[in-house]
Amino acid sequence: MRPFSAFELDVLREIGNIGAAHATTSLSKLTGTRVDMSVPVARVLSFAEIGMLIGEETVYAATFLLFDGELKGSIVLLFRPEAAKALLRLLLPGVVDDERPSFTELEWSALQEIGNILAGSYLSALSDLTGLKVSPSVPGVALDMGPSILVYGLLEAGRVSDHAVVIDARLYGSGQSIGGQLFLLPAPDALAALFQALGVQAHGRD
Amino acid sequence: MDVIRVGIADLAAAAAPGRIRTAGLGSCVGIVLYDGRHKIGGMAHIMLPDSGQARGDVQAAKFADTAVPELIRRMEALGAHRSRLVAKLAGGAHMFQQVRSEALKIGERNVEAARAALRAHDIPILAEDTGGTLGRTIELDLEDGTLYVRTAQNGEQAL
Repeated sequence: MRPFSAFELDVLREIGNIGAAHATTSLSKLTGTRVDMSVPVARVLSFAEIGMLIGEETVYAATFLLFDGELKGSIVLLFRPEAAKALLRLLLPGVVDDERPSFTELEWSALQEIGNILAGSYLSALSDLTGLKVSPSVPGVALDMGPSILVYGLLEAGRVSDHAVVIDARLYGSGQSIGGQLFLLPAPDALAALFQALGVQAHGRD
Repeated sequence: MDVIRVGIADLAAAAAPGRIRTAGLGSCVGIVLYDGRHKIGGMAHIMLPDSGQARGDVQAAKFADTAVPELIRRMEALGAHRSRLVAKLAGGAHMFQQVRSEALKIGERNVEAARAALRAHDIPILAEDTGGTLGRTIELDLEDGTLYVRTAQNGEQAL
């Protein structure tokens, strides 16, 4: 993968900013509480660095969704299990069992729906911005170690490079510990399509 | 005790004492080689089955077919004997089964490619913990070749 210019990374961060802002608004509406987000970061990382970024063995309740069409890639939402439980308590009051470290089928399907709604609003913002058509898959869910989850979004990048573009933002609720991390992992071919759609000339060093 | 960490698409070889470890194998496969006579071990965290699918430069540790010869080379440089090498495999899970995508079934293909690469180099597989739906963290004890496999939900077992 060629190195990106500072300007191109700024463009990617702005894409992340617009997408994550829409996702944050959706989460806020869904839970009826205020949810804020950090300024997203767009960077090119080696696979080993991506593993370190989220803690090599840190366990997350995750949703994973592939998108296809004129842009390809994946959107991953990571919540620490206790944060996922806090979120589910807001969505399913009186139903969530805090004592259980595992998740019930109902809790999983609610998480899956959260992933669906957040990724859906992220992608529709991306689609509006670029005029490119994007179709998301059904989201998958898992309770597992961070790198084992994120690697599913890096497979395309792995074929062409030892690095991948990672655009991530943190979400956090006021007073509630519902913090999570939202990742956009564009497939390598999607980057050229994004830049072209936005009229960004490739003035990177090839 | 020294623990050498192997990242995604990375590999390492070392002699006892100490351990080699890689964390968060999902669809990836941990290929572990060991020479018990010389107490030399190696571990690769491969991400994809076949370097033939790669475009551009190939990083040996990323693919099953290139990681195995590179591990052998590194271990021989430390004094291991090729004819004494045995292998253990872990990983190759299929997480996110709700997502209907052939591309995500890469775990199974990684396991098959790892087995084929070991067969091509006449290295017997002593033990395997592969497939399923859970991620794994593995740690090789260079003293005796034991491979500890841990999942987030089901604790640890020794291979």
